[in-house]
Amino acid sequence: MHRFTSRRLAPACLAVAAMLAATGAVQAQSAPGGKIKVGFMLPYTGTYAALGTAIENGFRMYVQQQGGKLGGRDIEYFKVDDESDPAKAPENATKLIKRDQVDVVVGTVHSGVQMGIVKVAKENNTLLIIPNAGVDEATGPLCGANIFRSSFSNWQPGYAMGHVLAERGMKKVVTLTWKYAAGEQSVKGFKEAFEGKGGKVVKELSLPFPNVEFQALITEVAALKPDAVFVFFAGGGAVKFVKDWAAAGLKDKIPLYASGFLTDGTLEAQGNAAQGLETTLHYADGLSNARDKSFRLDYAKTYKLQPDVYAVQGYDAAQLLAAGATAVKGDMSRKAELYKAMEAAKVDSPRGAFTLSKAHNPVQDFYLRKVDGRENKVSTVAVKSLADPARGCRL
Amino acid sequence: MDIVSFLIQCLNSVQYGLLLFLVASGLTLIFGIMGVINLAHGSFYMLGAYLAFALASLTGNLLIAVPLGIVLAVAFGYVLEWVFFSFLYERDHLQQVLMTYGLILVFEELRSILVGDDVHGVPVPALLDGSLPIGNDMTYPIYRLCISAVCLLVAAAMYYVIRRTRLGMMIRAGATNREMVQSLGINVTVLYRVVFALGVALAVLAGMIAAPVSSVYPGMGAQVLIVCFVVVVIGGIGSVKGALVASLLLGFVDTFGKVFWQDAAGVLIYLLMAVILLWKPQGLFKAG
Amino acid sequence: MDTKLSPAPSHGNARVAFAWLVAFAVLASLPLLLTADSNKFYIELLSKVMIMAIFALSLQLLIGYTGLVSLGHAAYFAAAAYATAMLAPESGPGNGWLLLAGALAAAAALAMLVGMLVLRTRGVYFIMVTLAFAQMVYFVFHDTKIAGGSDGTYIYFRPEFPVPGLRQMTVNDPSHFYWMVWGAMGVTVVVLTLLLRSRFGHALVGIRHNEQRMRAAGYATYRYQLGAFVAGGMLAGLAGFLYAVQFGFVNPEIASWHQSGNAMLMVILGGVGSLAGAVLGAFSFVLVAEWFSTMTKHWQLLMGGFIIVAVALLPRGLVSLPSVLRVKMRAPGARNGGTAGDDDDTAQEAGGERRSPRNTEAA
Repeated sequence: MHRFTSRRLAPACLAVAAMLAATGAVQAQSAPGGKIKVGFMLPYTGTYAALGTAIENGFRMYVQQQGGKLGGRDIEYFKVDDESDPAKAPENATKLIKRDQVDVVVGTVHSGVQMGIVKVAKENNTLLIIPNAGVDEATGPLCGANIFRSSFSNWQPGYAMGHVLAERGMKKVVTLTWKYAAGEQSVKGFKEAFEGKGGKVVKELSLPFPNVEFQALITEVAALKPDAVFVFFAGGGAVKFVKDWAAAGLKDKIPLYASGFLTDGTLEAQGNAAQGLETTLHYADGLSNARDKSFRLDYAKTYKLQPDVYAVQGYDAAQLLAAGATAVKGDMSRKAELYKAMEAAKVDSPRGAFTLSKAHNPVQDFYLRKVDGRENKVSTVAVKSLADPARGCRL
Repeated sequence: MDIVSFLIQCLNSVQYGLLLFLVASGLTLIFGIMGVINLAHGSFYMLGAYLAFALASLTGNLLIAVPLGIVLAVAFGYVLEWVFFSFLYERDHLQQVLMTYGLILVFEELRSILVGDDVHGVPVPALLDGSLPIGNDMTYPIYRLCISAVCLLVAAAMYYVIRRTRLGMMIRAGATNREMVQSLGINVTVLYRVVFALGVALAVLAGMIAAPVSSVYPGMGAQVLIVCFVVVVIGGIGSVKGALVASLLLGFVDTFGKVFWQDAAGVLIYLLMAVILLWKPQGLFKAG
Repeated sequence: MDTKLSPAPSHGNARVAFAWLVAFAVLASLPLLLTADSNKFYIELLSKVMIMAIFALSLQLLIGYTGLVSLGHAAYFAAAAYATAMLAPESGPGNGWLLLAGALAAAAALAMLVGMLVLRTRGVYFIMVTLAFAQMVYFVFHDTKIAGGSDGTYIYFRPEFPVPGLRQMTVNDPSHFYWMVWGAMGVTVVVLTLLLRSRFGHALVGIRHNEQRMRAAGYATYRYQLGAFVAGGMLAGLAGFLYAVQFGFVNPEIASWHQSGNAMLMVILGGVGSLAGAVLGAFSFVLVAEWFSTMTKHWQLLMGGFIIVAVALLPRGLVSLPSVLRVKMRAPGARNGGTAGDDDDTAQEAGGERRSPRNTEAA
């Protein structure tokens, strides 16, 4: 067996060198004429692929509307598929930052992956705009001058719903979610608002992420007989949960409330089971502002799809970047000015105008929406100008 | 926990366990009789779910889609064995692991290219879309009871075939001693092809009937695969009876585990496997 | 003593050593050649590849030399990485040597505990029960609050490595880290080579070929297997420590069965039973995947195809490519002569490979 090693290494080294050369051939050349390099780190495969595409679509549409330039400079795009894999996150982020030398990283959807990106972005002092992942830490203990978010923090939609249920006079609520950051922080926000106004969360149920065998827990919820149930689920799990809930006959017996992700992008698959469900989110269908109307028309025309909250977040990420780029006239090396301009930006978003908190998270209105057909129609504003408390942020 | 909840949790356990059995039985047959470790078995389950989605959209009713899907699955399994798996018998287990792993990647990407990455729902057939009241305020979906019924029917059919037919006799013999079966002059090539197609069909059927309750999404194959291997190993490789017992055991442990001991829910089935293997290193039952 | 277990003739040793030296020299020189800014990424990529190579080497000891097919090897990798993260101080850089010791100790302790339990099983059951324990480790990190749960945890400051007499050795520069990993890989190869040349190593190989015969010859096979299991676990821990230090971010996914599976794939792809095979397997697995992913979004299709073709054409792994080519280039019909020495080994491997390596009972 030792004999295998003798002459095999030389060809092996050659093979390694050849592979390196091949990967090296795809290196980015240094941009002529000072283009602004934007690196997307998004899920292009797997369960979240549709979200990744929507975010990129929204971003690109804004840039297109500005004639393809931000701050007077052309944009050069780079893409890395994060595969929703946290273990590869730092390495994938490094691809954009070190190999492609991007000026700004836009990403991502999954909170675990986000933590990896935040670490690398902070180490290299690269501008990072988060177009979805709500992990509280990014604008909390891990906040940074170069970390911005155009979406939401997990705490926000939960808090908004807690507020709504307290106002409606509910007293006893059970929560149910996955045991991961997004779920836990959402429930925490809910609890804070709900118990702060006199309600009581009698039990907090959870199951490991991304397990979708809900039957056992749905049965348990029913046995507890609460006034209402607050849940957080997203994607495939959200589809299954809503259907399981209806199939267990609980749809009309115990009111179900959730953070908006339960019914965003999932209505086609959920069908009748989702009708009438109320959720809170920073975006809804049927908003009355003009910006949203023109955004939706443009998006539908360009991509032949209806936009969703992810497209809006991508669009606003571009607006945020534009605010900064304009202030520094496209010279992305003037970081201090760039960040200051972005911090002070007032983004004219399709969701309604918003500003950023000191920790760089959007301070925005949260809408109460109700499922009607294939849409999450806005009913009222649940909470106006809600800011995440950014506990632990030292900015 | 009151009696109604307990009853419902039992129904949940049985239903989950029986569905697992459907997928795992195919795996244990393929593993036990052909000695092939097939990591791509989860992909067949996924194939079933996506087939249910595609055929149900086409024909409008899942009840028509299922028999159609099974026919397609048998044909697919037959061809796949012929062009790919038949070459794996001479290879050692490690190479089989690697090659079937490559197959998983190929299937996943083909799925992504052909059908895309969206999450889909499959509607429960109108005929079965109701709920049975249990106790005062709880109900149990009729469709889930149907799933359990179908699985039990399949289990009974498998019992009959394996214990009472010639084919079953060959299967049992093959699971106990492959070489001997060959030397007895039985056409092993066709036997293997049939068994493989059967295994694929079982997994596809499971995926199809589960689709309305589990929804259809990328990565669903991987989740089911690892639990299936646990079932097969606990039950004893090549033993269909073992797969049934192990699946039900797992169904109960997992379901009640989630209710009583949330934090450890993920670990429980592995803990169970470890305990059983340390007690009975060859699994619960012998092959056949 | 069985002559088949005696070491290779001395001229083979010299060639082996020379080939390794060349390879290591080439690797060491790369940071000096790839100095452009955008090339820094490749240095970091190669660091990751070498860490994977250490991981694969540790598994090769188990699969290729002891005949223990462990599908749960990522557990020890993860245990070490998490130990590093949990022991690292939050307010300043920790002492790298102490952290390394802690990481190795954690990995070794876990391997000892698990080994004592799993070595009671054989064959495919062994594979599954090692997987079971790895899954338990995964779920402990994933579902509990021990270290940040499913979102993982950070190491805030890269540890420093004080060298007596000199100033601190830091690895914040990717090139410095690269050389540290390079050194670790070198140490691993040397340690494994010495181990395999020793009496202990020969006993392991004997156990792999025929456990019952070794027991009949008076060897306490269980102790040797446990020793190999712990050694393999410790080396996996070395890889885990380096992984944690590289990016300072650990996540439960590093304990998942995908990670264990990947390590096994690297070993099989490169060639079971050869240290160079483990290294080659790691390099090709990561670099080929990297290469394919720059070509298309559906790179997994290419990867799957590559794996299937590679195993179909080179059943003994990539490391056998030159010998397969040589056999093909000779005149047809001269297959049986010439490379008699190699074929001896391979014939034995082919015969032993027919059933799974630990199958001492009837199929």
